[in-house]
Amino acid sequence: MIEVRELTKYYDGLAAVDHISFEVEEGEVFGFLGPNGAGKTTTVRMLTGVIKPGSGSVSIMGFDIRRDPIKAKQIAGVVPDLSNAYSELSAWGNLQFMAELYGVPGTDARKRAEELLTKFDLYDRKDHKVKTFSKGMKQKLVIAMSLMNDPEILFLDEPTSGLDVQSARLIKEMVRELNNDGKTVFLTTHYMEEANDLCNRIAIINHGTIVAIDAPEKLKMRIGGLQRVEVSFDTPVDVSCFHSISGVISVRRSGDKLRFYTNEPGRVIYQLVDYSRSNNLEIVMLTTLTPTLEDVFVKLTREQK
Amino acid sequence: MMGVDEMMDQLKRACAIAKKDIRIYYLNGPVVIFGILVPGFLFLAFVIGRDLPINFLVAGLLGMTVFFTSTSVSPVIAPTETQTRNLERLAAAPISITTALFGDVLASVFFGIAISLVPVLLGVTFGVTITHPFILALGIVLAAFCFSAMGLIFSSIPTGATSTVMMLSTMVRFPLVFISGVFIPVGDLPSWGQALASLSPLTYLTDLCRYSFQDINNHYPVSVDIAALAIFLMMFMAAATKLHERSLPKRL
Repeated sequence: MIEVRELTKYYDGLAAVDHISFEVEEGEVFGFLGPNGAGKTTTVRMLTGVIKPGSGSVSIMGFDIRRDPIKAKQIAGVVPDLSNAYSELSAWGNLQFMAELYGVPGTDARKRAEELLTKFDLYDRKDHKVKTFSKGMKQKLVIAMSLMNDPEILFLDEPTSGLDVQSARLIKEMVRELNNDGKTVFLTTHYMEEANDLCNRIAIINHGTIVAIDAPEKLKMRIGGLQRVEVSFDTPVDVSCFHSISGVISVRRSGDKLRFYTNEPGRVIYQLVDYSRSNNLEIVMLTTLTPTLEDVFVKLTREQK
Repeated sequence: MMGVDEMMDQLKRACAIAKKDIRIYYLNGPVVIFGILVPGFLFLAFVIGRDLPINFLVAGLLGMTVFFTSTSVSPVIAPTETQTRNLERLAAAPISITTALFGDVLASVFFGIAISLVPVLLGVTFGVTITHPFILALGIVLAAFCFSAMGLIFSSIPTGATSTVMMLSTMVRFPLVFISGVFIPVGDLPSWGQALASLSPLTYLTDLCRYSFQDINNHYPVSVDIAALAIFLMMFMAAATKLHERSLPKRL
């Protein structure tokens, strides 16, 4: 579906994207993770034909983005990072403009616009100018605009960034639905939870190179050994009180909880229970956790430094 | 190389861009100020207190109107869309950069042609006869395309500040008005002035306007005026496409 070979882009002599290669299969939700400045947006812009690659190749359903940019773009829907709908046009006007840009016939365009506005709960506001919309409404409209051509592949660059919980949830639900309908989704995000929930496979990019590509659970297994014990006492306790506990690699405070990174969770639990008894503290919550995608991300991107 | 069907398809998409531009930018402040008010006042400043034949004045006013109106819409679009972050969506759409720019040109052309009807009607009202209406119409349309493409060159600066682009365009447009035979016929200029006038596309439109209105002698043959406008149009469009291709990544 998407085939990327040795893709490279230099800016002022610095490699923003450095010889990356990967493939995205049909019907897959492919996550693209990386810290700020890692090369995510540059990669998406090359895949969507917005900027020209320095070298390497990108093929979208067999169409080379350099040789057949119009055909490659025709089958894709794009939600660019930080991009807006036209604020002086209405929601309806924006959708019809997209339909015209993608050559969608008038009747189909009207039908599709009605469906999408209803789906995103914007139908009542269809004739209102976008400048009167909230951020969440604008983002829903931007996504609806990207779906006007009924794309085979959808590129979403940070689609839930800065949205409230409900809007973000709606967008995630929409991604799942689209994927269930057989659409391929290329998702760029820095929300680990989102990537973990939605993606079949994830690529982690750092300093312009891909450090890992795999299914989320397989990525977590790669850094096995880093398990966590989380505990919360009825009274706040300082982290320094636990430095003497054996088997702990590091301790961190996380809100009202203490998080112990360890290879021996059972041993740590015994010691925490002993500590609570001897200090007359009540354990409000005690749980063990396996590595999260965030742990994988942090470990892999740190290792590269 | 594109086939005929693909070209027609791109043309339709350029029209969609033009329609969007018309709805968004025609009532934009800089467009109204630099496209209508400024040339209007400039013309009044020149006319008031001088005893000049009406057909001479109308020909000059028409040339200036087409020039200012056609170069006022296209420079505004790219910086505004850079600022409002609409550009990446357009760049990701299945259109070539030439299609996107041609859409902007079309919007600018319609604006130029529509406003140019005002001096034409004004002239007719004051008794000016149009002896060559088809030549005049051809000249206006060709010049509107040419000046709109010229406007695109100004907007290729990778900035989101419309004022920067308008400042640059004003710096170029005002001197051009004074060397293009709008206020003084090209034939009355010294030889260095005539040489300078030949470098301005506005010269050829003004010359065509003079030819199209009764009793006014034109400086160049009509075929030269038309060919010059066509050549300037091709040059401006090619330059604008190259410059925008280069500046687009810096705008995102």
